[in-house]
Amino acid sequence: MRAFLASVLLVLVLLPLAHAQITPYPFENDQQRQQFQRLTEQLRCPKCQNQNIADSHAGIAKDLRDKTYEMVMAGRSDEEIVDYMVARYGQFVTYKPQLTASTSILWWAPALVILIGLGVMISLARRRRQNLSLSEEERQRLQQLEGGKDD
Amino acid sequence: MTKWRWLILFVPLAIFTVMVVVLLRGLGSDPRELESTMIGKPIPAFQLPDLYQPDILHDQGVLQGRPMLLNVWATWCPTCRAEHQYLNKLAQQGVYIVGLNYKDDSRAKAIDWLNTLGDPYQLNLMDLSGQVALDLGVYGAPETFLIDSDGIVRYRHVGDVNPRVWEQDLGPKYQQLMQQYESEERQ
Repeated sequence: MRAFLASVLLVLVLLPLAHAQITPYPFENDQQRQQFQRLTEQLRCPKCQNQNIADSHAGIAKDLRDKTYEMVMAGRSDEEIVDYMVARYGQFVTYKPQLTASTSILWWAPALVILIGLGVMISLARRRRQNLSLSEEERQRLQQLEGGKDD
Repeated sequence: MTKWRWLILFVPLAIFTVMVVVLLRGLGSDPRELESTMIGKPIPAFQLPDLYQPDILHDQGVLQGRPMLLNVWATWCPTCRAEHQYLNKLAQQGVYIVGLNYKDDSRAKAIDWLNTLGDPYQLNLMDLSGQVALDLGVYGAPETFLIDSDGIVRYRHVGDVNPRVWEQDLGPKYQQLMQQYESEERQ
């Protein structure tokens, strides 16, 4: 048990190291390092199925990391770098899709589904309330029945 | 009321049918195939050395003037080997193909490959850094771009060019551009 716990602890300690960048990139300051980390985690490897370029060993992921590094060191903004990648690889390359005509469905579809749900709920509630009130014919029939009970 | 009841009964069926169609289409498509952002756009400006003669520099001008294929390849790419004999065959049939050697291990290795397997390319460009391929949105090899006579990218095929791909996909598109080009030439 103690050996098991120790090995779990060891894995937990080593895990962040395994996750670290495959090639170290020298930065001039923390701001550049953070920008690079932020971007490589947000940019998606085009060759892989669902992996960001920070985590992937694919050749193209390394190329895009190198390019990101180059652009970070050249003082480009996040937006400029993401735009550069999207221009070449399409919206697929970013995990934070930009708002365009074709991606706008991601924003309006959930709202639309909620609106439809609300509409259905309201119409169901209304119908139930209507059913509670009796028509003139039904009221007479009810009176008849109640009258009959008294007899 | 009965009219509404029929509608309520059929709405789930309609939704189900639409979903079956959408999901079946998703099942047939390859998630690894990305749509190219280059379609309808001109080839980006570049300067690349010739594979055989590194002193000679070519620019984007070599990729216009007639319809052509731009084949992205490398010696480290097994699928490129698989398609190479078919590219030789297409070249024999008169299809104009330009080769873009993509991040290869060495110039000597690439030249050796062409000497032993045959050279189907009218022109051989060497992109050692991969910058031009990056500008084209290349994310693997082989990839084949169809370019019209104005140097506009019309289509991109990801993966090997084989008889099936050529007959059903690339070939008809290339022939169509050739017909346009030839009729314009005659005028």
